[in-house]
Amino acid sequence: MPRKNILFDRDTWQEIFGSIAKNKTRTIITVIGVLWGIFIYITLSGSAKGMDNGFDRAFENVAINSMFLWAQSTSMPYDGFKIGRSPQLKIQDAQYIKKRVPAVEFIAPRNTKGLFDGGQQPLVVRGTKTGNYVVYGDTPEYTSIFPLKIFDGGRYINADDYKNERKICIIGERTKDELFEKDEDPIGDYVNINGIYFQIVGMHKTSDEGGFASDSDIYIPLSTFRRLYNTGDDVDWFTIAARDDADVVAVEKEVKQVLRRIHRVHPEDERAFGSFNLGEIWNRIIGFKDGLTLMSLIVGIATIIAGVIGIGNILLISVKERTKELGIRRAIGATPAEVRKQILLESVFLTLLAGIIGIILGALVLAGINAATTDLEDFPFVNPTVPLSYILGALFTMISMGILIGLIPAQRAVSIKPIDALREE
Amino acid sequence: MIKINNLHKSYKMGSSSLHVLKGIDFNVKDGELVAIMGSSGSGKSTLLNIVGMLDIADKGVYELDGVPIENLDETKAAQYRNKFLGFVFQSFNLINYKSALENVALPLYYQGLKRKDRQEKSLSYLEKVGLKDWATHLPSELSGGQKQRVAIARALASQPKVLLADEPTGALDTKTSYEVMDLIQQINQEGKTILVVTHEPDIANMCQRVVKLKDGVIVEDKKVEQVLAAQYV
Repeated sequence: MPRKNILFDRDTWQEIFGSIAKNKTRTIITVIGVLWGIFIYITLSGSAKGMDNGFDRAFENVAINSMFLWAQSTSMPYDGFKIGRSPQLKIQDAQYIKKRVPAVEFIAPRNTKGLFDGGQQPLVVRGTKTGNYVVYGDTPEYTSIFPLKIFDGGRYINADDYKNERKICIIGERTKDELFEKDEDPIGDYVNINGIYFQIVGMHKTSDEGGFASDSDIYIPLSTFRRLYNTGDDVDWFTIAARDDADVVAVEKEVKQVLRRIHRVHPEDERAFGSFNLGEIWNRIIGFKDGLTLMSLIVGIATIIAGVIGIGNILLISVKERTKELGIRRAIGATPAEVRKQILLESVFLTLLAGIIGIILGALVLAGINAATTDLEDFPFVNPTVPLSYILGALFTMISMGILIGLIPAQRAVSIKPIDALREE
Repeated sequence: MIKINNLHKSYKMGSSSLHVLKGIDFNVKDGELVAIMGSSGSGKSTLLNIVGMLDIADKGVYELDGVPIENLDETKAAQYRNKFLGFVFQSFNLINYKSALENVALPLYYQGLKRKDRQEKSLSYLEKVGLKDWATHLPSELSGGQKQRVAIARALASQPKVLLADEPTGALDTKTSYEVMDLIQQINQEGKTILVVTHEPDIANMCQRVVKLKDGVIVEDKKVEQVLAAQYV
């Protein structure tokens, strides 16, 4: 008399549907708990993924394993020098660092006028229009670390520009708007920077990821810059990119160690050189993202579990309510196994039903958030998706929890003797 | 059909125990219609429950159709109940969210019959009790007499050897009671063995044999002149 395959038996499901459909209020209340749980879970983990993607997009143009490095003043006397000396970075340091620290992929020495020196921004003249802009002296390597968006067919500083100390420049989009008419093409034209004419070879659009970079900046070859401002071998700071597989924090330490040696600074003097490590910041963001994902997982799973426990609770009450019905069923021949099976399957079925509705609702909400934030470039939220493994994991959790929690009411249902169950009014 | 020898049953009530059945010897032949009478507390329901395998005796022998009923676990009891016994209760005990037809089909479901066979068989039993047109109605849409007839159809559907009726007319008015007894007599005439627990003498007189219980023992066991219920209907 026991049936062969209860799971794929139409009658089994007919019994369960019957019992579920005929107890609508109970079903709805039961379902809401788990539905809410899985909804929270899907929305949270999808949002975490969306933020994850958003950060990726915000940093997609930046060499993530990069850092800035500059000289400050010493905090320890060393080798006959007094405390408080300011070492001067030299252009030759770049080659030396590259040789001594193999993990450094690119190193770009940079000079600037009008940014850190506290002086006036250089005057730039074009015809009757003038403006003051920050001027950078750069090497071709710079764009390997921080790619610039060059537009309208222009180019960046190349190796020949640098070698021949050409008087060329790349101007910013704003500089162009301020010094040129709308219909003019600045490329090939000239501007006068501090009394010297420079030919414009490119224009850049700067997004805001570079910290203090702006879309009015003018870039000229570092070699030309040295002659124009008579800076000799002095360099303001280095921009360094480590290789992809390198640990940026370790690279930063190594580079500083090399610089301390060159500039005769105490090997333990941590303050002589300052740095800003984007890689480290990036690592922190990744840590934050991972934490967010983990938190959404924990909160989500916990809410699901709470929901499933709710189902168990309500099934327990309903088993009490149905004591008589279950007693009748057993009096006319339902074995304890069949009664247990029915309660269990009801539990699992309700859990799954709630789960699937919750997943669909969560997906709709995520799609809604996504649609509402597509136009917001600054808002780090892109393409919120939930990995299939998370969904499968949640379904698995729900089914196993549904079975476990269903065991309690199922056991309760068969622990009452049919004769006692029948007496119940 | 039923052989019972020296049957004892007591219930624990806290520290003391209540001796309900004190050695019952009782046999029912195939095709008999037997009334079990007694005041409340006489043990008549306990006896029926033991015969119905809803309860287990402490001591004694119980044989049903030659099969000794012993060492019953819940699963085995459920299977025996399904195969050998049909129950009719005082309070009908229909499942209220299932239609008349579904209620009748339920024991067949637990027998493992195919859906189509269940439908056909249940419908034919509903027809037998005169409720074919009410097949799709819920119990709440039926009168008491109709409910009891559905319950009888359900008890018969599994083709049991014995029909056990616990106060089948207890919740019905006199006229409806006689209608139900008429149905029970018809079923008995077709050869079914039936036990009816009742405390109403007129109902008992519609059976062929009356067994009276008092304080856990049989005090009287006599054949009676059967009154046909049909004449009152």
